[in-house]
Amino acid sequence: MLEQESRVHPYMANSTDAARQRMLEVVGVGDVAELFEQIPSNHLLSEEIQLEPALRSEVALRRHLMALLGQNDTCEENLSFLGAGCWQHHVPAICDEVSSRSEFLTSVWGTPSSDHGRNQAWFEFASQLGELVSMDFVGLPLYSWGAAAGHAFRMAARLTGRNRVLVPRAMDPERLAVIRTYCGSPELKGHIELVGVDHDPATGRYDMADLRSKLTDETAAVYLETPGYLGIVETDAAEIASLARTHGAETIVGVDPISLGVLAAPGDYGTDIAVGTTQPLGVHMNCGGGVGGFIATRDEEKYAKQYPTLQVSICDTVVPGERGFGLTLFSQSSYGSRELGNDWTGNSVYLWAIANATYMSLMGPAGFFDVGSTILRRSHYAATKIAELSGVRVDWSSGFFKEFVVNFDGTDKTVNEINEALRQRRIFGGKDLSESHVELGQSALFCVTEIHTADDIDRLVDNLKEVTAR
Amino acid sequence: MSQPLKNYHSAVWDEPVVMELGAPGRRGILFPDTEERISDTVGEAQDLVAEAMRRQSPIGLPEMSEPEVLRHYLHLSQQTLGMMGISLFGTCTMKYNPRLNEIMTMLPHISEVHPHQSTATLQGVLEVIHRLDLILRELSGMDRFVFQAGGGADASYLHATITRAYFESRGELGQRTEVITTAQAHPCNPATAAAAGFSVITLPLEEAGYASTDALRAAVSDRTASLMVNNPDDMGIYNPHIKEWVDVVHEAGGLCFYDHANFNGVMSRIRAAELGFDACMFMLHKTFGGPKAGGGPAVGAYGCIAELERFLPRPLVVADGDAFRLDEGGPDNSGRVREFWGNVPLIVKSYSWSRAMGAAGIREAADLSMLANNYMEKRLLEIPGITKSLPHLVAHRMEMTRYSLGELTNETGVTAINVQNRMVDFGVDAFWLSHEPWIVPEPFTPEAGEMWSLEDIDYWIDVLAHVCSEAREQPELVKTAPHNQAIHQINDSYLNDPERWATTWRAFQRKQKA
Repeated sequence: MLEQESRVHPYMANSTDAARQRMLEVVGVGDVAELFEQIPSNHLLSEEIQLEPALRSEVALRRHLMALLGQNDTCEENLSFLGAGCWQHHVPAICDEVSSRSEFLTSVWGTPSSDHGRNQAWFEFASQLGELVSMDFVGLPLYSWGAAAGHAFRMAARLTGRNRVLVPRAMDPERLAVIRTYCGSPELKGHIELVGVDHDPATGRYDMADLRSKLTDETAAVYLETPGYLGIVETDAAEIASLARTHGAETIVGVDPISLGVLAAPGDYGTDIAVGTTQPLGVHMNCGGGVGGFIATRDEEKYAKQYPTLQVSICDTVVPGERGFGLTLFSQSSYGSRELGNDWTGNSVYLWAIANATYMSLMGPAGFFDVGSTILRRSHYAATKIAELSGVRVDWSSGFFKEFVVNFDGTDKTVNEINEALRQRRIFGGKDLSESHVELGQSALFCVTEIHTADDIDRLVDNLKEVTAR
Repeated sequence: MSQPLKNYHSAVWDEPVVMELGAPGRRGILFPDTEERISDTVGEAQDLVAEAMRRQSPIGLPEMSEPEVLRHYLHLSQQTLGMMGISLFGTCTMKYNPRLNEIMTMLPHISEVHPHQSTATLQGVLEVIHRLDLILRELSGMDRFVFQAGGGADASYLHATITRAYFESRGELGQRTEVITTAQAHPCNPATAAAAGFSVITLPLEEAGYASTDALRAAVSDRTASLMVNNPDDMGIYNPHIKEWVDVVHEAGGLCFYDHANFNGVMSRIRAAELGFDACMFMLHKTFGGPKAGGGPAVGAYGCIAELERFLPRPLVVADGDAFRLDEGGPDNSGRVREFWGNVPLIVKSYSWSRAMGAAGIREAADLSMLANNYMEKRLLEIPGITKSLPHLVAHRMEMTRYSLGELTNETGVTAINVQNRMVDFGVDAFWLSHEPWIVPEPFTPEAGEMWSLEDIDYWIDVLAHVCSEAREQPELVKTAPHNQAIHQINDSYLNDPERWATTWRAFQRKQKA
């Protein structure tokens, strides 16, 4: 028999004639088409589907995929300084080993006993993240930082009965676009109004005068990020939280958790709701598909009752001394209460939570201190060296973490031209800010992490010097 | 078909919580020393952070060596059943997740690429996205797909936001404030519509197993923004009036969204666009061979007709001859639901699955899932105590059927959750009960799909039959199950008690002391 005529497929045990025949007999029909009797004939498709010929052999399929994917040029073959919401950090080998385990990879919703190991891993994700942010209540992960922030704004609106949130005007346009979606429309219920707060041009931090003028008793929350999109560490965070409190507003802080070995934990300076990304914690960039988010708060009932996520709690079992894990506050989720639940939940990035848990266990307190210190020093070294180039400025040359803004106005070249020239030299330059942050002129956001060596940075600087030369 | 049941027992490692492991001073990872010219230039790291923002004390994490971490998480993986056993978890379409795809997406060609790279360096990933878009268009009749949504619920939310943008562009949003769904639609449909600001009207089920067209007619008005429904539903019932429903909603000026969560049985038989729908959603982590991963990373692939294309979130992948570029779109787009383009590795896996199957393979998978479900039904209904939902409906169900253990519960006191807990003792993972609202008492919803062999399906049924006998002979054995798992039944009595719940170790320790 020709391969094309055979139904037998390696993914489908019952694709043999014998299995098919047996099922037809037991069901008592002569043809499988009889089973579709509920579908009116005028619903059936007009023409049979036409797809490219199947690649049923793994030999052929692998070859096809390699040819397609081989067209990509990667951040391993090139020297990349791209960040802006998706960062190239080292992913320890055992994070990949653990997150590709079949048991975790294929699990769905078992019982608390049959999913015990996975539920424990989730609890360990929340427990370790709680240590990083210094907060006691942590939900299971969300789709992204932006999604986490969006849900947190909605939590704050429900908590305060107010609908206005202050946000940094200079924030990530990608993340802001997600948050805007979550804030809804003024013509419908539950709309949240976003009020942009300026940054101080001298420091890149929140302009405190502008913040004070916009913070009122109608403010539901003040949102700040540290480090922010442009890399700036918000040194006035405690004061901002205290100001927010005097107006009865919540303080929501967005963080990059890989910074928390060296930067203060949000729970330690008055944050009510912490949000952020999980991608730096042992997840590959995956072309942006590695992003994930989290929400954490103090363990107070009023906050816990606003979570849209699922969360696992440690608990006893019927056997004394045995520990288990179960879902807490399930009934307030959309699974439990449909449209009456808190927003909604569904599939998220739960496998990444296990990679995150593995990563945090490997790192320990010293690992986070080291990686934070390494990133601080390498990124500041890069900023210092780049700022020495003719026509190139780094206005906020201190007080940042991992990312910094480089301005090329003095070179008579656009960021796009510079990045194209760098690419010919197998370097991916910083994210072009010239359209999203027009006020910064021809600027780019450079990202330096623990993977970059002094040689890498010097190579960037040497090449930048050449491509920006008049 | 009865066969001896397996003498299964889960691995039991009595594994401590990671916070209890390790010892002071151990390291799981080191980083390269800082080169001298860096320290000479910038000095000490702590001086690069303003004092007010420095971390004051070390993070309270365990201190472990690398092999300790590995073994700990391997132990946890072994205490997770996943698809090592048999899982016929209904509504989730458990199918094979080809390992080739896992290996391909771990390559740096996918794992180590950045979405802000020049598109000239991303032609491979853009081409895969485009190719999968074309495949889904062919399967649905829609004109364009986008993969940004991080799961089925996110795609449902995306539809609600596109609905907002569509009516906003027509100046009708203030008036179009209602979304209509049915009691058998997934909870994410009403929940996401409400989160997007709409009021929700839920049509109840009627005698025929679905909501009536009359009820729909009574619900639609000039306030209707959209219909959001699945079909078939989780009971395996197909609403034969769905075309008429679409007409009714369109006449009222609303949009129609087809939640294709239950696509497996009808794939290659119907096309959403030919039924008149404006938009639909496929779950790549279910129907298209991607792994469940315990709940994502997932993709709700959202497709729509040309008229709605301008409202799709950006960026979109566009083919320009042989090259591919990103379309950042105009002002009408509905806004993003998530940063970047979606779970790219899963897009690659689903493309690969679709190519491995081809048109004939996809048809075969649909047929086998229909056959297997109806095969199961024959055997399941022979087990005393099990009844079918809405038994007066005699037509063959689609790829899954909702059953009830209510009779068994009345007779023995053993509930569906008890049965679930006992079945796992035989290496058979939990069945799905039912989404809210429960329409039958003590519901359960198995879905055989195309992957599981007849022997697997028979074994699953044998285990259920055995547990039902046990329920009569030794009900306590079932009520106290599981007995062969990593842990016993959890005490869930205080999971909702703020004095005792603990989602983190630090909260647990504090509450233990209190």
